[in-house]
Amino acid sequence: MTDSIAAVSLHGVTKRFGEDVVAVDDVDLEIRDGEFFSLLGPSGCGKTTTLRMIAGLEFPTDGSIEIYGEEMGISPPNKRPVNTVFQSYALFPHMNVEDNIGFGLRMQKIDPAEIRTKVGEAIELVQMTGMEKRRPNALSGGQQQRVALARALVNRPKVLLLDEPLGALDLKLRQTMQLELKDIQSEVGISFVYVTHDQEEALTMSDRIAVMNEGRMEQVGRSEDIYDSPGSLFVAGFVGDMCFLTAEVVEAGAVRLSGGEIVRARTSDAAGTSVTLALRPEMLHLYAEASEAPSGRNAVKGSIARSVFNGGTMFYEVDIGAGGSFDVRVENKPSMRRWDMGDSVVVDFHPEAATALAQ
Amino acid sequence: MTLHQGAVARPWVERILAINGWFVFAFLYLPIMVVVVFSFSGSSNVGIWGGFSLRWYDQMLGNQQLMNALKNSIVIALWSTVIATVLGTAAALSLDRYRRWVGRGAFDGLLYLPIIIPDVTMAVMLLLWFTQTGLVPLGRTSITLAHIAFNISFVAIVVRARLAHMDPEMEDAAADLYAGRWQAFRRVTLPLILPGVLGGALLALTLSLDDVVITSFVQGPGATTLPVYVFGLIRRSVTPEINAVSTFMIAISMVLVLGSLGFQRRSEKDD
Repeated sequence: MTDSIAAVSLHGVTKRFGEDVVAVDDVDLEIRDGEFFSLLGPSGCGKTTTLRMIAGLEFPTDGSIEIYGEEMGISPPNKRPVNTVFQSYALFPHMNVEDNIGFGLRMQKIDPAEIRTKVGEAIELVQMTGMEKRRPNALSGGQQQRVALARALVNRPKVLLLDEPLGALDLKLRQTMQLELKDIQSEVGISFVYVTHDQEEALTMSDRIAVMNEGRMEQVGRSEDIYDSPGSLFVAGFVGDMCFLTAEVVEAGAVRLSGGEIVRARTSDAAGTSVTLALRPEMLHLYAEASEAPSGRNAVKGSIARSVFNGGTMFYEVDIGAGGSFDVRVENKPSMRRWDMGDSVVVDFHPEAATALAQ
Repeated sequence: MTLHQGAVARPWVERILAINGWFVFAFLYLPIMVVVVFSFSGSSNVGIWGGFSLRWYDQMLGNQQLMNALKNSIVIALWSTVIATVLGTAAALSLDRYRRWVGRGAFDGLLYLPIIIPDVTMAVMLLLWFTQTGLVPLGRTSITLAHIAFNISFVAIVVRARLAHMDPEMEDAAADLYAGRWQAFRRVTLPLILPGVLGGALLALTLSLDDVVITSFVQGPGATTLPVYVFGLIRRSVTPEINAVSTFMIAISMVLVLGSLGFQRRSEKDD
C-alpha cells in the first residue's frame, strides 16, 4: 500500500491575505511519490503561495496539507521533511559554497565528519568541484543555481520544492539546466514540485502539470494530456500556441463555425451551446484542393491572408471568411509547398485535433 | 563606471569641480588645522605662536577635573552605545519584520522624532521627566539614559536601511534549512546586518561623545562630560589648554570616523 500514499496532498486549501485577497482558492491536489510535478500559471495565480504553504513558510487559512500521510498543520519550515530552492537562490553571502551547502546539516547537529562527506557528494552531484571555497558573489548565475540546488538536496528531503529556479538564467543556460535538473531528479528519485510560469519549461520537464489561474486549479494531468486535450479555455490559451474559432455545437462530435461550415470535433457540451474551437497550428495541414486532402477528416476552404517565415517553420494565416481565420504552422521541408498571399487552400485537420471548449 | 567613461569630458567643468573640492576641504579643515597647530605652541596666548611645546598637553593631563570629565564621557558613551545599539536594532527588526503589531504605525513615525526636534527641546523634556518622576538622581545615570534616548533613533534608522536591502528570502532559506528562529537570527540575519549595527553603534558613540546641550541640562553636581566641561572652561577663561583638549577630541572623532568608513567599505564589498 506504500505507493498509494501521496508525497504531498492538499485538501481544500485556501489562503487569504487580509480580507479580500484570495491567493489560493479551495485547492485539492495529490503529488505522487517520485514524480516531477509542475505548478504552472501566470504571475499572481497562487502557484508560489501554494509552494510556500507546502514548505511551511505560509500557513493555509483553510484546509490541510499532508506530506507522506503526515498532517503538517502549522508546523514551521524547520520541522518539515522538505527543502526549497528559492527564486533568488537566497545563498548566504557571508558563507562560502561549502558552508552554504552544509548549513542545513549543521543546523540538524549532524556529525562534522558526516557533513563533510555529504557536502562533498552534493558538490559532485551538481558539478561544482573546485569551487568549495568561493563566496556566492564570485559565482555566475548558473553556478549559484547549482549551489542552491545542492544546499537543498544535501538534506535528503522527501520532497524538493523549486520556485522558478531557472527564471534568472539566459535561454541557452536555462535549456541546459532543464535537462540537468531532470537528470538529477531521476538520480535522487524524490518528488520535485516545480513552480514556473513558462509553459514550455513545464512541458519539457514535468511528469504531470497542474495549471493554475486566479488561485484555482484549472487542470491537472500529464504534460501530453494538458497539451493535447486542454480542459478549459484558459489552459488552451496558456499552454502552447493555439488558434481559436467561435462555433456552436450541432450534435455530439460536430460543431458549426460562424461561417456555416460544419466540422467534426471533440465536444462535451449539449447541442446549441456556444463554444470556442481550439486547434494547434502544427496539427493543421494545407492542400490546394479538397480532393488532395485525406478523406474522413475535416476540410475547410479559405485563402492565405499572411505568411511568415520562421526558419524551421512556415506560419500561415488562412482566412475562411465569416468563420474567422486559422493559424497554420508547417514544418519547413524541401518537399513542402510554399503558399503565397491570396492562394486558395483547403485546411485539413483530424477531428481529434479540434477541441470544443465552453465559453 | 561605463557611464562615466561615456560622458563627454569638458576640461573646464572638471577644473571648476576640482577647485570647489579644494575650497570645501580648506573651509572645513583650516580651522581644525589652526587648533591643532596652536595646541603645540609654547605661548600662553591662544593666538600667538610661541615655539613648539607639549606644555598644554602636560597641563591637560594634570587637570583632575578635566580627566574626570573625560572618564565620565567615555563611560557614558560606552554604556549608552551598547544599550542603544541593542534596543535600536530590536526596534528596527520589529518595524521591518513584523508588520501587524498594535501601535506599529505610530511608533514608526515617532521613532524619528528625537532626530527632528531641537536638542534644547529634548533636553528640557528629559530634565522635566527626571526631576518630576524622581526615579533617577541627576548625574551619570541620568546622562546615560538621556544619551540612550536619542541614540536609539539613530541606530534604528541605520539598521533599518541595512535591513531594507536584505533579501527576505534569506530568512526563509534559513528556516527551510532547519534553523530555529534564534539560530536563523544568529547565523544569517545578524551577520548580514552587522555592518549596519556596527555603523549605528559608531554613530551613537560619536553623538554621545559630542553632545553638549542635552548633557548640560541633565547633568548633576560633580558629574559632567568632557564637551560640557570644555564649554564651561571657555566661558571662564580661554587658555591654550583648550587647543590641546580640542585636538585630543578631534583625534578620537577621526578614529571613530575612519572605523565607520571601514565598516561601510566592508559591507559594500559583501553586496
